[in-house]
Amino acid sequence: MSRPTQGRIRPLSPNVQIYRPQLTSVLSIANRITGIVLSIFGVGLVTWLVAAAAGPEVYSAFHDIMASWPGQIVLFGGSFAFFLHLTGGIRHLVWDSGRGFQLGTIYRSGWLVIVASVALTVAAWIASRFMLGVH
Amino acid sequence: MIIDSSNQVARTTLLKRFPVPKNFGVSPESRISKGKTWPASVGAVNVKAFEIYRYDPDSEANPRLDTFEVDLDDCGPMVLDALIWIKSKVDSTLTFRRSCREGVCGSCAMNIDGTNWLACTRFISDTATPATIYPLANLRIIKDLVPDLTHLYAQYEMIEPWLHAKTIEPEKERLQSPQERAELDGAYECILCFCCTSGCPSHWWNGERFLGPAVLLQAYRWLIDSRDEATAKRLDGLEDPFRLYRCHTILNCTRTCPKQLNPGKLIAEIKKMMVERQA
Repeated sequence: MSRPTQGRIRPLSPNVQIYRPQLTSVLSIANRITGIVLSIFGVGLVTWLVAAAAGPEVYSAFHDIMASWPGQIVLFGGSFAFFLHLTGGIRHLVWDSGRGFQLGTIYRSGWLVIVASVALTVAAWIASRFMLGVH
Repeated sequence: MIIDSSNQVARTTLLKRFPVPKNFGVSPESRISKGKTWPASVGAVNVKAFEIYRYDPDSEANPRLDTFEVDLDDCGPMVLDALIWIKSKVDSTLTFRRSCREGVCGSCAMNIDGTNWLACTRFISDTATPATIYPLANLRIIKDLVPDLTHLYAQYEMIEPWLHAKTIEPEKERLQSPQERAELDGAYECILCFCCTSGCPSHWWNGERFLGPAVLLQAYRWLIDSRDEATAKRLDGLEDPFRLYRCHTILNCTRTCPKQLNPGKLIAEIKKMMVERQA
């Protein structure tokens, strides 16, 4: 089937190397990547709880790492991944009900997912700063 | 930007291609080398370059990307016209499928500027400069822009795309009400050009077992046919982790369909039928 008569394997035409990224495929791969990121953050969450159980010194060391600016950048990225995965997941739930499949709706809900996840991330960080009393 | 219909050409795009290495996951025989340039004839004023994937099965060489300069003043308005112009005036060995030249037969499906479409219904004026033309993505190539569709046809055959009816044949044809007939709208128009299946990342990675959007759209077409009596058997055949459920609702299919059909929606309808029959 994929061999011409001479027995040489036919070349495979390029796929991901040339196919144009579109909102559809970009958000799909983003949902996967954020899912992987979140599972890594799940390990981080458990580490945080273990640190809390291990006593004040260990917890304080963990806290210092998270409160440093590289730690804060990682946490910010993690929170964005959380909101992108959450809003993207809601979009998928709507699709599972058979709704929202008009191409215009697919694009509008896609952009809504991006805007909403950015807005929710920023809002969550502003809210957390107020709750901690850091202005 | 918002795309309301698949025939809309994206005016702006952040990335021309995914940020992966040029030969990402590409086996040695599929690597594309630099080809040659076929310059326009002297005196041509309105010239546009086309970068076209070439593969000659009779040589030992790998595929290559040739650049053809087309005299637009001497050529029709569609991408297919440019291909025919090249074949008749520059390089007669350029090989591609074409027949109806009006978007009915689906023969000239190919990857134009990174997305799948029919060469006969894409205006040259809507392409980038240079325009890039590859065969349909992720298929074994017989020659130049001609992909081997054997596997896709075999997958089509697997869903048994014909009427299954056990009841005694009526004297005349099996009748449908206008409402029952309307159920087929949006499914019967498929021309099997395989733009959608070839543009589906899930089919790229699991094409051996995942049926892909074109074939699943056809499966739906027979599932909802009021005259068909094998609905349960058809659903049994699709109840499989790969055949149906490798669809992750990426929706590249709906974005690329040259007939403005909605394979993504119809696959979601099949998934709903699977759930509903368990209730």
